[in-house]
Amino acid sequence: METVTDKEEIEEIENRIALYSDYIEDKPEIVKKANQLKSDKERMKLLYKTHCTNIRSFKYYIRKTDGQGHFIDTPIYTAPNGEQYIFPKQNWFNNDEIITLIAVLLFAALVYFMIQAARKGKRLYIRPIAGIQEIDNAIGRATEMGRPILFVPGLSGISDVATLAGLAILSKVAKKAAEYDTRILVPCRDFIVLPIAQEIVKEAHYEAGRPDTYDKNSVFFITQAQFAFVAGVNGIMIREKTATNFYMGMFWAESLLMTETGSATGAIQIAGTDAVNQLPFFITTCDYTLIGEELYAASAYLSKQPLILGTLKAQDYMKLLIVVTVVLGTILSTVHLTFFMNWFPAK
Amino acid sequence: MKRQIPLMIVLILGLLFVAHVFIPNKLSSDYLDWFMKWMKVIGPFAIVLGVFSLVYVHYNKIKRKAPTWGYSIVTLTALVVTTAVGFIWGIQEGTPYMWIFKNFNVPLGATMFSLLAFYIASAAYKAFRARSIEATVLLVAAIIVMLGRVSIGQAITHWIPDITEWILNVPNLAAKRGIALGVGLGMTATSLKIMLGIERSYLGGKD
Repeated sequence: METVTDKEEIEEIENRIALYSDYIEDKPEIVKKANQLKSDKERMKLLYKTHCTNIRSFKYYIRKTDGQGHFIDTPIYTAPNGEQYIFPKQNWFNNDEIITLIAVLLFAALVYFMIQAARKGKRLYIRPIAGIQEIDNAIGRATEMGRPILFVPGLSGISDVATLAGLAILSKVAKKAAEYDTRILVPCRDFIVLPIAQEIVKEAHYEAGRPDTYDKNSVFFITQAQFAFVAGVNGIMIREKTATNFYMGMFWAESLLMTETGSATGAIQIAGTDAVNQLPFFITTCDYTLIGEELYAASAYLSKQPLILGTLKAQDYMKLLIVVTVVLGTILSTVHLTFFMNWFPAK
Repeated sequence: MKRQIPLMIVLILGLLFVAHVFIPNKLSSDYLDWFMKWMKVIGPFAIVLGVFSLVYVHYNKIKRKAPTWGYSIVTLTALVVTTAVGFIWGIQEGTPYMWIFKNFNVPLGATMFSLLAFYIASAAYKAFRARSIEATVLLVAAIIVMLGRVSIGQAITHWIPDITEWILNVPNLAAKRGIALGVGLGMTATSLKIMLGIERSYLGGKD
């Protein structure tokens, strides 16, 4: 401990003590309350709680204007208990989302019923999608030519549903490629997608009964930089002369750079994405494109499992329901019956 | 158990995230913040996996003297040098790391991006060849929209910008919304399949 001897310094400290004493004794009630608490943790908790309450408390008044610089203010709202500061109360349910909740529950119920129907052996008709039907032929082409397959599982992370859909397709493509003993190359941009893709390809080889053909080097990380990744993928297409290129997942501006290069190398290309802005580029440069929801449907088509087909059918029925709702809403709104439209809160 | 425990974790966390959409309470947002912090913790561990994969693949290429193995030397040298200068001198403005970033990374990225202009021209040529009625409609619509977006379109006739707006706001937006609707349902269905354990390929291939 250091003893202060300088007079000026002592005076300054005394002034400071006096200032804080005044503050603690005379000023906010909350400081007094906090000082009565013994533990630092409790004191900080109380101060933080008060701070949170204060920054979220507001006074309200209404200002009416004619838009030409004239305005009139109402007095500040005062609650019956005389309090002017209003503190918002936390809700346990967001009422604006009630329609969303109903739609989700309805969809979940539809999925359940369709899965049950599929389990009981009911034949579910699913409309054919050219891009998915051609996957087998595309793999077969690579086998015949003796060249590798390139599979890009999008540039997004694992939390993106499109990436998960892409990985689901990868498992089917990798299995087929393993059965045909065709090399598959999977460049990854995301660190977390990499081990999952490795595991999927490895498992596909085991399932196909060809664990010996699995090459760990075939699923690899390139870089996280968007255009450096494209340069890497384009280099692979040119050097390895891939016969079939798959692009399944989320893509941004790099989509055209990859598919044009693939097109120039003469590879058959199948793309699938839910990125609406990239779809025109894929449609123009790829042989087949899975548009939006078709990307999510692909794994169901390829697996032919009733459980997964059931969810697909439920999706179709839900879409029908939405279309009927939109048409009904349009007709009712046209004849000035807006009650139906008002059920759906505008965002 | 090896599969059931991860599936249980997916189901519980999935339900909690669904609940977060409908519950605006502080408890719910605190949970999300807490979870996001965990996500940030997982990131650095995954970087090790990525770097390991990069080194492993390129080291093997060099070792086997595989075709174009010279590129692998460039890649590994770049990795080691950039990492080393970053660790030694830091990554702030004025450091060798920033010099490498500005003089190698940025121009190379910009070069790749600028290639897009030529690729768009090539893709447009493919798309706009009037080989069928649909392609002809696309060609006409594209010409109108392109003219409507530049001042010359307005100079020819004021109808062109008006038709452009109509094309973008009516048929184009309707198609976009139709796709978005399907995507939304597809995402929900996929999420449901994952949460209920119907879709398990992300766990390692087995259905």
